Amino acid sequence: MYIFLIFCFILLASIGVFILPPRLKHLWTLILTIGTIIISCYSAFNVLVQGNELIIYGFDIARSQSPLMVIDNLSAFFILIISFTWLTGLIYARGYLKSYMESKSQLHISLHLFAYLWLGFSMIAVAIVQNFISFLIVWELMTLSSFILVVFDAEDRVVLKAGINYLIQMHIGLLFLIAAMLIANTQASVYEFGQLSHYFSGHSNFALFMLFFIGFGIKAGFIPFHSWLPKAHPAAPSHVSGVMSGVMIKMGIYGILRVLLSVENDLMSIGVLILGISVLSGIFGILQAIIQGDIKKLLAYSSIENIGIIGMGIGLGVIGLATKNDLLSLLGFSGALLHVLNHSLFKSMLFYAAGSVYKSTHTRNINELGGLIKKMPYTGTFFIIASVAICALPPLNGFISEYLIYSGIITSLGTASFYQSLILVFSIIALALIGGMTLFAFTKASGLIFLGEARSEKVSEAKESPKSMLWPLAAITVLVFAIGLVPLILVKPVFSIISQWFTFDNADMISSIFVLNMQNISIVCGVFVVLSLLLLLWRKLHLKNKTTETGPTWGCGYTAPTSSLQYTSTSFADNIGNLAQPVLQTKKELPLIDKNDLFPASASFESAPHDVIQEKWIDKPTASILNWLKKMARMQTGRIEHYILYAFAFMILIFVLTYFNLL
Amino acid sequence: MTAVLFPGIIVRAKSIFAGRKGPGLFQPLKDVMLLFQKGNVISTTTSYIFKIAPAIGLASVLSATLVLPFGPFPALISFNGDIVFFAYMLGIGKFFLIIAALDTGSAFEGMGANREALYSLLAEPAFFILAGTLAMLTGYSSFNEILIGLYNPDNSYILIYSIISVIVLAQIMQVENSRMPVDDPKTHLELTMIHEVMILDYSGFDKALIHITSWLKFALYSTLIFDVLIPVQWDKGIQFGLFAIIAVSLAVYIGFIESFKVRNKIGRNPVFLFTISVLALLAFVVVLVLTEKMILS
Repeated sequence: MYIFLIFCFILLASIGVFILPPRLKHLWTLILTIGTIIISCYSAFNVLVQGNELIIYGFDIARSQSPLMVIDNLSAFFILIISFTWLTGLIYARGYLKSYMESKSQLHISLHLFAYLWLGFSMIAVAIVQNFISFLIVWELMTLSSFILVVFDAEDRVVLKAGINYLIQMHIGLLFLIAAMLIANTQASVYEFGQLSHYFSGHSNFALFMLFFIGFGIKAGFIPFHSWLPKAHPAAPSHVSGVMSGVMIKMGIYGILRVLLSVENDLMSIGVLILGISVLSGIFGILQAIIQGDIKKLLAYSSIENIGIIGMGIGLGVIGLATKNDLLSLLGFSGALLHVLNHSLFKSMLFYAAGSVYKSTHTRNINELGGLIKKMPYTGTFFIIASVAICALPPLNGFISEYLIYSGIITSLGTASFYQSLILVFSIIALALIGGMTLFAFTKASGLIFLGEARSEKVSEAKESPKSMLWPLAAITVLVFAIGLVPLILVKPVFSIISQWFTFDNADMISSIFVLNMQNISIVCGVFVVLSLLLLLWRKLHLKNKTTETGPTWGCGYTAPTSSLQYTSTSFADNIGNLAQPVLQTKKELPLIDKNDLFPASASFESAPHDVIQEKWIDKPTASILNWLKKMARMQTGRIEHYILYAFAFMILIFVLTYFNLL
Repeated sequence: MTAVLFPGIIVRAKSIFAGRKGPGLFQPLKDVMLLFQKGNVISTTTSYIFKIAPAIGLASVLSATLVLPFGPFPALISFNGDIVFFAYMLGIGKFFLIIAALDTGSAFEGMGANREALYSLLAEPAFFILAGTLAMLTGYSSFNEILIGLYNPDNSYILIYSIISVIVLAQIMQVENSRMPVDDPKTHLELTMIHEVMILDYSGFDKALIHITSWLKFALYSTLIFDVLIPVQWDKGIQFGLFAIIAVSLAVYIGFIESFKVRNKIGRNPVFLFTISVLALLAFVVVLVLTEKMILS
């Protein structure tokens, strides 16, 4: 009750952003955010430590039977993730918004901060609200506040268009959610998520789950529902893309997990469906990321890929449930949950660093960047660390979650039946390919943006970002290393969360084995770090009494090379682009030289990445629907007698149908 | 020890096949000692990434050896799914070497970095299919247990599988260590290099570290091949002898290939790499049949 009251007070206080003078606005937002975080994380910790659900009633304790909010361990886990990225994003925003303080009106800034606050509130609320109607309201609040955040630069038409595209797609998702909830409500009078098992125990599970999956999948960005991501992320300011990609899309994952907790049969087909869509998202997402030239688009596609990895974990977990393979489902689910956390860390880091690059160079085009690490050493280092983490390389955190999924697969192979083996080997190939391609995409991103020589003038004026934009990155780095080096701190709680969801016969045994494994991983990762440091120390001592000369990079006889000779984003991606041409269908425009042309004339070459799934599955159907609607529009003549005629025709139709008992 | 001799043997084998006398077996070692005595020349374009990359590369290979058993001697540290760790640990060395090559800002090195990234990405599925197959065959997921389980008396048809996997591993080894027919380490034209072109700008101490790293990588893969081929249960003394024989014959094999085979056209390399993955899949199907999961009638 008290918690609820304080929460209400904070909600009211958020209006203060509009009233306060400009220099206090950010501070006020920060205070409210920290207040909310303290309350919600305190409750979440309690839930996780004690293992009891925390039930919060609204004002109407006396008459309502169903509680307003319930924090169970799934909600608690997500609350912790949301809170951290919400806070780092806000601290980062202080530096990022500074230059906009003059150019934008006060109201504009206030609205932005207000929406940012409410995005956080609504995300936390989404994680704890149980009732369907309240859920839809907070879900919609989340969409609206993030929409306002995305269209911060709405003077730019591209941004506005991306924002509206986002808004429309989210509402299509909402439609699916409403449909799913209505079906559950009318068929089995289900009013909240906890009661969903009433429906699932009596009806076919697959269809309803599909509705939920599409509804939540649009938010999460599973392919083919992904097309809003690569548009909205480049349009939004960087702290917003960091929060949206880091945690908001995970609310889709939260929803899917929430529904999954109640699903009772059809597990195999649901698992295979999730796995299949996830593999598609993973591979297609990262392939697209490789060929993008815009940093934030690259990161957006990589989010789709990571959602794919999370989905693979969930899919494998469900398959494990279906086949009574405890190990697979425990490891799959825990890999997925851990990856939700890990991805929120390194992806927000990457977006913040990319935002700093954009702010100091005013370009997002990788082909125009290069050599930035000399101008922005800290940002560059953070970006490289985050790249290593996202490639799932030890000793950083990304490895732990992918390792869990991998070992789930590998360990289950021994006892799997024929079809299961096929599924498992298929997913291991997919994971390995995704891993390799992530390495490709992020060596490209970090190498070409920060290393080498500058590719354009824009880099020369770059400066290191102010401290307020670096501290959040440093804080995340600490966590990235901590989780990578001492994975036990998280793996154990995650295991216990999952073993509360489903009943596993030998969960304790499995978790004790994996506690041991995690200790071993800590040891080898520690050895690696120590070895690296020792070798570097040796190098330093060794080179002390040796001469170190500097000179230009070896040019193979071509002296005075220009920086445009370097590999660019496009050329780096060229060979894989060619290999994957059937999938990617990159458009290339190359004018053919006429046979009779003796002298070379000026020629041009153009290639642009384009999203074939979006074109075939979304743009084309939309275009044909629009076409059809346009034809329908001919009926709209504007003459009153026509409309009366339509009404008359409709009535006759009703009569006829009733007469033949067709209604 | 094997690591040191390996490149020497390859060079020797090549020169014998070419009818020359060739440098001594210890020549590579001498080269490295020489490099250690030299100073560094560092490009002005580079940043600190270029300087730390060789050390991280060496550390990654050394740490990867921790989980790899050697015949009858179990790995120092062993846990479920350490195969995954092995592959990803080597990955971090690769990551830093690739971005270090991009750090020099040279078009050649960019090209090398690009190819290295592509080929390691294409070779990865083969390794993991093989690892998965091993796990399926034995029911275990760490190197130590797999090797013990592999030569269980029940698995009498194991030889078919072993042979296929050795072929696959040998080819992954050729790719990962940048040997023919994927990459030609001895070419003098930068445009056709992959690994060598990435380290063009290294000198002195750093270059020495890179050389040591690539020797160790050779040793690592030959140990892997040896582990798969020779049953753990055999006598320890024999095992050492066999390992020497296998390592030497692998080196001679690579020398042989490099003397008589031409390097693939760069554009053909992906096909070669796909072939490895397909071979690994074949091994998978063989195991499906062996473990009677797939019943052929």
